[in-house]
Amino acid sequence: METKHLLTGNEAAAEAAIIAGCRYYYGYPITPQNELINYLATRMPQVGGTFIQAESELAAINMVYGSAAAGARTMTSSSSPGISLKQECISYMAGSELPCLIVNMQRGGPGLGDISTSQADYFQAVKGGGHGDYRIIVLAPSTVQETADLVYDAFDIADKYRNPVMVLGDAQIGQLMEPVVFHKERKNNVADKPWALTGSKGRKKNIVKSFYPVKGELEVFNKKLQEKYKRIEDNEVLFEDLNTNGADVVLVAYGTTSRICKDVINKYESGNHQLGMLRPISLWPFPTKKIREISESAKAIITIEMSAGQMVEDVRLAVEGRCPVHFYGRTGGGIPTPKEILKKIDELGF
Amino acid sequence: MEKIFTRPESLLDVPTHYCAGCGHGVVQRLIAEVIDSLGAREKTIGIAPVGCAVLAYNYFDFDMSEAPHGRPPAVATGIKRVHPENLVFAYQGDGDLAAIGIAEIIHTANRGENITVIFVNNAVYGMTNGQMAPTSIMNQKTITTPQGRTSSEGYPLKVCELLSVLDGSSFLARVSTSTPENIRLTKKTILKGFTTQIEKKGFALVEVLSACPVYLRMEPEESLKFIDNEMTKTFPLGVFKDWETNNS
Ligand SMILES: Cc1ncc(C[n+]2csc(CCOP(=O)(O)OP(=O)(O)O)c2C)c(N)n1
Ligand code: SF4
Ligand SMILES: [Mg+2]
Repeated sequence: METKHLLTGNEAAAEAAIIAGCRYYYGYPITPQNELINYLATRMPQVGGTFIQAESELAAINMVYGSAAAGARTMTSSSSPGISLKQECISYMAGSELPCLIVNMQRGGPGLGDISTSQADYFQAVKGGGHGDYRIIVLAPSTVQETADLVYDAFDIADKYRNPVMVLGDAQIGQLMEPVVFHKERKNNVADKPWALTGSKGRKKNIVKSFYPVKGELEVFNKKLQEKYKRIEDNEVLFEDLNTNGADVVLVAYGTTSRICKDVINKYESGNHQLGMLRPISLWPFPTKKIREISESAKAIITIEMSAGQMVEDVRLAVEGRCPVHFYGRTGGGIPTPKEILKKIDELGF
Repeated sequence: MEKIFTRPESLLDVPTHYCAGCGHGVVQRLIAEVIDSLGAREKTIGIAPVGCAVLAYNYFDFDMSEAPHGRPPAVATGIKRVHPENLVFAYQGDGDLAAIGIAEIIHTANRGENITVIFVNNAVYGMTNGQMAPTSIMNQKTITTPQGRTSSEGYPLKVCELLSVLDGSSFLARVSTSTPENIRLTKKTILKGFTTQIEKKGFALVEVLSACPVYLRMEPEESLKFIDNEMTKTFPLGVFKDWETNNS
């Protein structure tokens, strides 16, 4: 029997990274991800890994840049303000095609905001965040178990596409304690990294860079990046479909809010009307096709978020007016309650 | 006939983009010669800065990485931790190292990170057209200090002196490229910067006073005199810390 551990999402992410073969962690303390950095401070040395509490999030992500360029599995973690600081280097990593894991346990913003839970960094995570035409893969767990599973997968996906991957949780996911099983038999698919910096013995030198100053070169490179992003969109979409087939009203929610929506669906009694939920797991690539398909038959879609309305924009882009798209959200630490969501559904007048 | 002077193996036979009289080419040649002399070309990993030396990764013939502006010490840390047996060095300008990247250089030195930093102090921002650098000397005219640097812009930042008080730094020296004699000393000092790392003695930084004749608005020859006559008054040459002699 597999052992069950009772851990926070932060700790589960940390242990999963160890199992995935990550031996280089660089971070800076910030609530609500402290359990992650604290856990690895003890755990990394036990497995012969490197743990550095960096002088800033800037330094931490640039150390990640170095270890990724050197060919290693590497990660950093933070929460909203710290993730903002990392953006320049995340853009460099996308431009240099370096794989890594970034964990963001979102908190309230803007500014120092608060340390309670939030999903207000959706735009920052899925629309680039830093400068330039680039994408990072964004995976959003809704349980502690899924946090561990997605962290594990994130390293494989990052290596496969030579691209940064973000696991986007929130204070709730990061600090909640739930049972988790680590699937130790799973194989890491560590890709060959002939491009990595290891010393040029027996081969031509390698260069890791994102600078293309010769006219025309950058456009060629950007096209190559866009082709890669298209492959990711074709192959890496993840979602959970809960009774959307034939549903009149479909809730769209990810992470913490999807747990509340599940509760609503389990409790909802609406006579002849069926309620379903689509839970995007990959926020980029977004399950656009699936939502389009749902919008062919649903009478309405409601997006539920802990933000003023961010993912709803991607839902609308997918739906393209085929059915009404509504939104209900809370911000600043407010969490939509099942009652509020039910009221929103009732207001639609079905 | 015996060849007595040739291109170092660690330097590719390609044209550089440096202006006439620029110190960057000299310093990079010295680095290449030193790495050759250590037989270390195939185990060297260098980090180029954002600054006029950004394309150094095209000139050296060993593994190279770019780094965001100011972050070479953090990138070098990440590389060295993965490959502790490789020779890892960061090459940085004064804006890169002493302005935007001052936190990274202080903390990397303070951790005693076993890397080598070659710090090219040309008292100006070359790449962005000659603005004031943290190392511009008092009264120095730059595009952003058209009347000359005054105390309201702060004072020239003395990196070797600053890092010398940190317990983590092991070798700190300031040299110059102003004369053939000084260039020979620079080469010897760069060698020491690398052997410090090879012997796992920790953080080494070699500050090289170097000319940017274009933005000093001087003839190349004059710019070398500026180093000797003006820059060294603010930035005295010498060894500030040496793990071997316990000098600090
Ligand atoms: C984040 C960021 N800020 C500003 C710049 C623009 N920039 C490029 S090089 C440079 C200064 C370079 O000066 P220095 O480090 O002294 O190098 P030099 O060109 O003199 O060798 C600046 C401000 C940048 N590339 N990135
Ligand atoms: S601008 Fe100055 S530092 Fe830059 S290449 Fe020209 S001389 Fe060298
Ligand atoms: Mg400069």
